[in-house]
Amino acid sequence: MQSYLFLGDEAIAQGAIDGGMSGVYAYPGTPSTEITEFIQENPLAIERNIHRKWSANEKTALETALGMSYAGKRSMSCMKHVGLNVAADVFMNAAMTGINGGMIVAVADDPSMHSSQNEQDSRFYGKFAMVPVLEPSNQQEAYDMARDGFALSELTNVPVLLRITTRLAHSRAGVVRKEVLPENALTLPADPRQFILLPALARRKYKKLLSSQDLYQELSNDSIYNRYEEGQDKSLGIVACGIAYNYLMEHFPTENCPYPIVKISQYPIPENHLKWLRHECDEILVLEEGAPMVEEVLKGYFTEGKLVKGRLDGTLPRDGELNPDWIAKALGMEQFGGYDIPKVVVSRPPALCQGCGHQDVFNAMNEALADYTKGRVFSDIGCYTLGALPPYETIYSCVDMGASITMAKGAADAGLIPSVAVIGDSTFAHSGITGLLDAVNEKSGITVVISDNESVSMTGGQDSSAFGKIESICIGIGVDPAHIHSIVPLKKNHDEMVKMFREEFAWEGVSVIIPNRECIQRATSRKRNIK
Amino acid sequence: MKSDIILAGVGGQGILSIATVLGEAALAENLYIKQAETHGMSQRGGAVYSHMRISDQPIFSDLIPGGSADLILSVEPMESLRYLPYLSETGYLVTNITPFVNIPEYPDIDQLMGEIRKLPRFIAIDADAIAKEVGSSRASNMVMLGAASPFIDIVFSRIENGIRTIFSRKGEEVVRMNLDALRRGREFAEANR
Ligand SMILES: Cc1ncc(C[n+]2csc(CCOP(=O)(O)OP(=O)(O)O)c2C)c(N)n1
Repeated sequence: MQSYLFLGDEAIAQGAIDGGMSGVYAYPGTPSTEITEFIQENPLAIERNIHRKWSANEKTALETALGMSYAGKRSMSCMKHVGLNVAADVFMNAAMTGINGGMIVAVADDPSMHSSQNEQDSRFYGKFAMVPVLEPSNQQEAYDMARDGFALSELTNVPVLLRITTRLAHSRAGVVRKEVLPENALTLPADPRQFILLPALARRKYKKLLSSQDLYQELSNDSIYNRYEEGQDKSLGIVACGIAYNYLMEHFPTENCPYPIVKISQYPIPENHLKWLRHECDEILVLEEGAPMVEEVLKGYFTEGKLVKGRLDGTLPRDGELNPDWIAKALGMEQFGGYDIPKVVVSRPPALCQGCGHQDVFNAMNEALADYTKGRVFSDIGCYTLGALPPYETIYSCVDMGASITMAKGAADAGLIPSVAVIGDSTFAHSGITGLLDAVNEKSGITVVISDNESVSMTGGQDSSAFGKIESICIGIGVDPAHIHSIVPLKKNHDEMVKMFREEFAWEGVSVIIPNRECIQRATSRKRNIK
Repeated sequence: MKSDIILAGVGGQGILSIATVLGEAALAENLYIKQAETHGMSQRGGAVYSHMRISDQPIFSDLIPGGSADLILSVEPMESLRYLPYLSETGYLVTNITPFVNIPEYPDIDQLMGEIRKLPRFIAIDADAIAKEVGSSRASNMVMLGAASPFIDIVFSRIENGIRTIFSRKGEEVVRMNLDALRRGREFAEANR
C-alpha cells in the first residue's frame, strides 16, 4: 500500500477531502495553516471545486461552514486555538442548532507558545459546547478522524471538534489513504426551524443536546481510538491522551509497557476504560498535551481516594509542551542527559526581514514619537509585533487580533492623547474595522497606522482579504478623508513619513496612515514563480 | 537500523531541503520516517530545527528523546551547539563553520569552534567554500548532507537518487551540482573523521 509522508495538518486535509468535504473555511494561524494550504493545492480538491479560499476571520469562517452544513454538504473550518475564541459564539451555538451536513472544526493548539500568545487547550471548548472531541495520537489517526469525522458529526448531529497540537501539526509520517467518498447532495434540513434559536425553540434544542450526551459517552466508550491496554504491573495505571501516547510508547518500543494504559483520543472521556483502570491500579498517572483536563476530572474536588499524578502535583511541569523526557522522568527511568549547551551560545529570536517595510515605519514613528512621553503605541498580531524588540522597541502591547485600535481608544478615553495603534492589513480586516468605527463615532484622539504589506506574512504570505480596499473601508466607516494618508515606506520617503506622523499625532481626532509596500518575502517568491 | 538526526540552522537557510532528500532516500528503502519541523514565527530569522527519525521499526515519538540523537547536522556553527542536550554518548556532530550573523551579540567564532572541538566526535566543514567550488553557494546544504552521510544508515546511492528526484525539475545542471556537492561533502568527512 502506498504511504504518503504527510504533516499532521496535511493528513487532516487529505482525510477531509477523501471524506467528501465540499468546503474548507479558515483563517491562517500557526500551527493550523497548512491544512487549508494543502487543500488549496490539491488536485482532487481543485477538480471537485471544493471551496478553499481564505475567510476574513475565524468567525466568518465557522459561520460559513455552518451555512454549508445547513445546505446538507460536508464542511470543515480550521483555525489556531485562539481563533476559536473569535469563533466561540458560533461554535457554542452550532452545538445548539446541530448540523445538517457533517461538520468538522479543526483546531490546532500551541502548547509552549512556539508562535502564540497563550497555550489554551481547545478540548475545554469541546466540553463546554458538549460536542464530541477527537484528538489524534499520530498522523494516520489524523487522516482517519478527518475522513470519518463527517459521519460522526452526522451521527451525533453536532459539529465535531478535531484537536491537534503543534508537534503533530508540523511533523511528518507515513499515512495510508482510504477510499475517496462522494460529496453530499444539496438538501435542506428536514425541520425548517432547526437553525432558529429563538428562546422557546432554543430551550428545546438545549434539552436535546443534553439528552444526546449519553450517546456521545457510549460512542467514546466504544471508539476505535480509545482502548485499554493490559499491563502486568498494577502499581501504576497510565492515562495517555492524544500525542502523549506516542511519547509514552517511545520508552517501550518492542516489549509492552509494564503498566496498564488507557489511550484516549475521543471525548467525552471514556468512562468505561477509566473506571476499570481505577479498579485495577494503585495509582494513576495522567499524560496529556495541554492543560490537566482529564487529570482534574480524575482527581475530583476532594483529594482523598486514589493518588492521581500528573501536571497538578508536579510529577510533570504544569505548563509547556510534553516530550518523551518528561515522561521518562515521571516513570523514574534513567536516561543519558546529553551534553550541556555551552555558555557562549546566545538566543536567536526571530526578527523583521532585511528590506521589510515595517522597519521603515518603526524608524519614522520613533522619530516622530520622540516629542512625546513613552508608552503610547498599542500594537497587534503580525510580523510588526517584532517592533517590540530592539532596535525599535516602539510598541507597548500585543494582546489579541484587533486590540491595537480599541486599546488605543480606551487609553485616549482615559486621557492619553495621542494614542497610537499599529496594525497590519490582514489583522485590520480580521478585527480592526469595528474598533475603528467605535473611534470614529466618538472622535477619539487616536492615530491608526495600518502597515499594509499586502499579505498575511507572519503565517507564510497568504492572500489578505483587505487587499486594495483599506483606504475605501476607512472612508466608508467615516474617517475624514483629509486625515487618511498613504505612503510607500522606503528610506527615501523617511522625512515625509516622519512629517506625516507628527502632523497626525498632533491632531485630536481619528487619523489613519497607511504605509503600503508589498512584503519582501512575498515579492521574492512571487518573482521566483514568474521566472 | 535507526538514525535519529537533529537538523539545525537559522530560519531561511533551508534545512528542510536536507530533510526532503533524506526522506526520499528513506522512503525508497521502505523505512519508517518521522520528521518534526519548525514552522511559524521562528522562520523569520530565528533558530530552527527539525527532528528527523528513520528506522526499520515503527517509530512512536515525533520528538527525539534527550541524549539519544545519533547525529546533529547543523548548517551553522552556533546552532550546532544549541541542541547538544539531544546528542548521544556515541553521536556525531557535523557542522558548517560559516557563521550566519543576524544578531548583534553573535559570539566569537573561535570560542564557538573551541566548544565544537571539545566533543569526542565531530566534523567541521566549510560547506560554503566547497559549494562555491562546485558552482553555487546554494548547494551548501547538500555539502552538509554529504558530510553527514557516513553517519546515516542509508545506502549512499539512495541519497544520490533522492537528489535526482528532488532537484530534477530544476534541470540537469542543478542535479549535477548538488550531486557534486554531496560527494565532496562525503569525501571531506571520510578524510577527517
Ligand atoms: C485569532 C487569531 N487568528 C490568527 C492568528 C495568527 N496570526 C498571527 S499574525 C497573523 C497575520 C497577521 O497579518 P497582518 O496583520 O497582515 O500582518 P503581517 O504579518 O503581514 O505583518 C495571523 C494570521 C492569531 N494570532 N490570532
